[in-house]
Amino acid sequence: MPQVRVSTTINGDAVSYLCEVDETLLDVLRDRLGLTGSKEGCGTGDCGACSVTLDGRLVCSCLVLGAEAEGREIRTVEGIATGDTLHPLQQKFLEFAALQCGICTPGFLVAAKALLEKKPDPTESEIRFGLAGNLCRCTGYDKIVRAVQAAAAEMRKG
Amino acid sequence: MPLDANLDPRTHVFKVVGTRPLRPDGVDKVTGRAKFGADANAPGMLVGKILRSPHPHARIRAIHTAKAAKLPGVKAIVTREDFPNSVDASLRDVHYNVMAREKALYDGHAVAAVAATSAAIARKALKLIEVDYEILPHVTDVDEAMKPGAPILHSDMITEGVEPAPTKPSNIAGRHEFGHGDPEEGFKQADHVIERVFKTEATHQGYIEPHACLASVGSDGTGELWVCTQGHFMVRDTCAALLGMDVSRLRVTASEIGGGFGGKTTVFIEPVALALSRKAGRPVKLVMSREEVFRASGPTSSTSMTVKIGVTKGGRITGAFAELRFQGGAFTGSPVVLGAMSAFACYDLEHVKVVGYDVVTNRPKQAAYRAPGAPMVAFAVESVLDELANKIRMDPIELRLKNAAKEGTRSSYGPKYNRIGLIDCLEAARKHPHYKAPLGPNQGRGVSAGFWFNFGGQTCVSLNVNIDGTVALVVGTPDIGGSRASMCLMAAEELGIPYDKVRAIVADTGSLGYNDISEGSRVTFSTGLATISAARDAVAKLCARAAKIWGIPADAVTWENGHAKPSGPNAGNFEPLSLEDLAKKAAKTGGPIAGHYEVNADGAGVSFAVHLADAELDRETGRVQIKRYTVVQDAGKAIHPSYVEGQFQGGAAQGIGWAINEEYIYGKDGRLQNPGFLDYRVPVASDLPMIDTVIVEVPNPGHPYGVRGVGETSIVPPLAAIANAVSAAAGVRMTQLPMSAPRVLKTMDEAKRGSRRR
Repeated sequence: MPQVRVSTTINGDAVSYLCEVDETLLDVLRDRLGLTGSKEGCGTGDCGACSVTLDGRLVCSCLVLGAEAEGREIRTVEGIATGDTLHPLQQKFLEFAALQCGICTPGFLVAAKALLEKKPDPTESEIRFGLAGNLCRCTGYDKIVRAVQAAAAEMRKG
Repeated sequence: MPLDANLDPRTHVFKVVGTRPLRPDGVDKVTGRAKFGADANAPGMLVGKILRSPHPHARIRAIHTAKAAKLPGVKAIVTREDFPNSVDASLRDVHYNVMAREKALYDGHAVAAVAATSAAIARKALKLIEVDYEILPHVTDVDEAMKPGAPILHSDMITEGVEPAPTKPSNIAGRHEFGHGDPEEGFKQADHVIERVFKTEATHQGYIEPHACLASVGSDGTGELWVCTQGHFMVRDTCAALLGMDVSRLRVTASEIGGGFGGKTTVFIEPVALALSRKAGRPVKLVMSREEVFRASGPTSSTSMTVKIGVTKGGRITGAFAELRFQGGAFTGSPVVLGAMSAFACYDLEHVKVVGYDVVTNRPKQAAYRAPGAPMVAFAVESVLDELANKIRMDPIELRLKNAAKEGTRSSYGPKYNRIGLIDCLEAARKHPHYKAPLGPNQGRGVSAGFWFNFGGQTCVSLNVNIDGTVALVVGTPDIGGSRASMCLMAAEELGIPYDKVRAIVADTGSLGYNDISEGSRVTFSTGLATISAARDAVAKLCARAAKIWGIPADAVTWENGHAKPSGPNAGNFEPLSLEDLAKKAAKTGGPIAGHYEVNADGAGVSFAVHLADAELDRETGRVQIKRYTVVQDAGKAIHPSYVEGQFQGGAAQGIGWAINEEYIYGKDGRLQNPGFLDYRVPVASDLPMIDTVIVEVPNPGHPYGVRGVGETSIVPPLAAIANAVSAAAGVRMTQLPMSAPRVLKTMDEAKRGSRRR
């Protein structure tokens, strides 16, 4: 099968790769670039474990082709912290015990960050609907919602 | 087995146990660094894929692999021929489930597998494998499977537990009975007797991480396996047996695990990956797709149940009977035994009997799902109790209190209870503001109690004192919900050092003695007990080292707040030595310092919960929404309360999904119609309210700190609590799960038509 050459930006760094024409962005991230923080829970866009942003827009990377990343800007869970400083969302997820097994956590963090960038002061209901594309089977969402609320409050303080 | 009779968890002031520190694996999990099953790679790695039967029941006449083998890039193909047929009889079902033998027994049953240089080639190769099937009649419903004349799955299945033994095979693997007294006698004493039939659909654990492993077997016959599992020692022993390997030649490492809930307590793809790797001479990574997880891992049973209970006007249960019919998929072993044992475990009864039937059907072999068997049975029993409470106009918590089991009660499944917390939970629920809060229009409130046994089991822990006085805690039970944090807390408590001086790791099977699976809510109890004991072993050795330094007898040294001290004025006057001091001097005082403990832990301590659910019903569409939910549960002693609450909330959420949405839907063709998260809908954030929790602590006498397992009990009451709430809102009894909108609407319509006819 012919391969395509793609030049893109991932977490601020210029990256280029070769991929199959039918290869998903998720497979490229995980199998070619070693960015295994994004997870495949379903491969059909139903669980959100593979969430990344593409030019700032939240997408399921299992539903995007690797070839579509050409000239775009991708952000993954690996790019949320700054150096050794955790993002407030990461810190609050830890403090609020918002993860149990942790497989959905990367997707939740990417989705929550995208949500808070659009809505810095969301209601509980806005958080719940904003994160409805991400499945968590361990927590019942209670502690996740509280962690996002706390992170939002901290981020508003600046 | 009270390890320390002097420590009363009710009055003891703990230093770190009961606090809420950050989990040791936390940073890795919020930054994407944590390595799960599918996150490992190896040089020269191949991709494995499995060919699965599209038929629910078919004889496999032949499998032709020649065309696939010729495809460039295909490095190995395995079929039933590659698994020796001489394995232990106890592993026969696992063996036949991993790779079909004479027959494919369900839609999704593995029939062949390939390893190739890319996923695309592996997929193409699967299409080139020709399987010659003789299609047979199938059955997927439990009641249908029990009927005479039903298609028979196993020609050698003679029902066990029936005297005299049947002469003909059937799909009923076994009949099981529990109880005491005579329920018929009890019903004669009752003022009201209600009998109902209930049905529940099969649900899936729904862990977000599909099964995944990386297998590597060398030409010398030694193998390595990286796998997401709840029990890597079980994986090692099972795979070694299925592949005819010595146990010592296979080393299994448990990856971080992305959820299990019981579904990762057996093997599916692991022996296949090892067989492929052995044949190809290269590492093989095998990952299930979500569709494969639904079709071919181990969902729980669907059930059909009859429950009959009698009460007096005063609310005393006089007799209780249940007949449980569970299908457990294509092989024996549905959780009907645990369901039957748990059915009436909450109550102190004179006349009680439960009969359970374990039935096979053309569905995937069930696996454990959080408190296996108990939630469905609690749904049936607690629904009838709710109806009886309404009948005698008694508060449902009051009815349960009047019959609640307590210390000394002979349980319906045999043993007498030790100290238990059901009454404490019922009283805490009754006092909770939720119970008194007014309901809105079209809302109903439901109550249910629930019980789970909790397991102990084989456990082994090592605790190594490092040169700087920090501690490496080595456990063998995969961490499925934050257990490393709890273990560090317990070790720190015993050693008298800060929590962050202890680091827990889950060791591979070559580095520690055997450990049973992380299941049965056993880890905080058993691994905790072993951790405490290993720490005490280390403390004894530390004291001996101090004694050596001071030149006094070892029993003249005590351990206090992380320091060795002379036990009294007679022992001598020496400056206390800290753990760090003793660690630094270890080389000169006798070498490395380590504590160990091995146990087959007993005394897990049963646990109880009471749940309150408020449901709102849309009368136009039948849609049910949960508006408020409260979990009250006895944890014995909460080691890390945040993760105890997390277990309460997670169990409740899974129960809510089971009650309202989730179900395996089979077509007439015997194929699963909804093998994906779009059509098998687990609750999302917008479906749920906050889930309030109350941690009750009635210490378990079998654990030094009083711990009871908390992982499973939380999924037992929700089905009934929600059914009782919906029944109250709808004005009609809900006897079938899930209470999906169409089913609720139909039930209300039928009730309306029924009342018009009358």
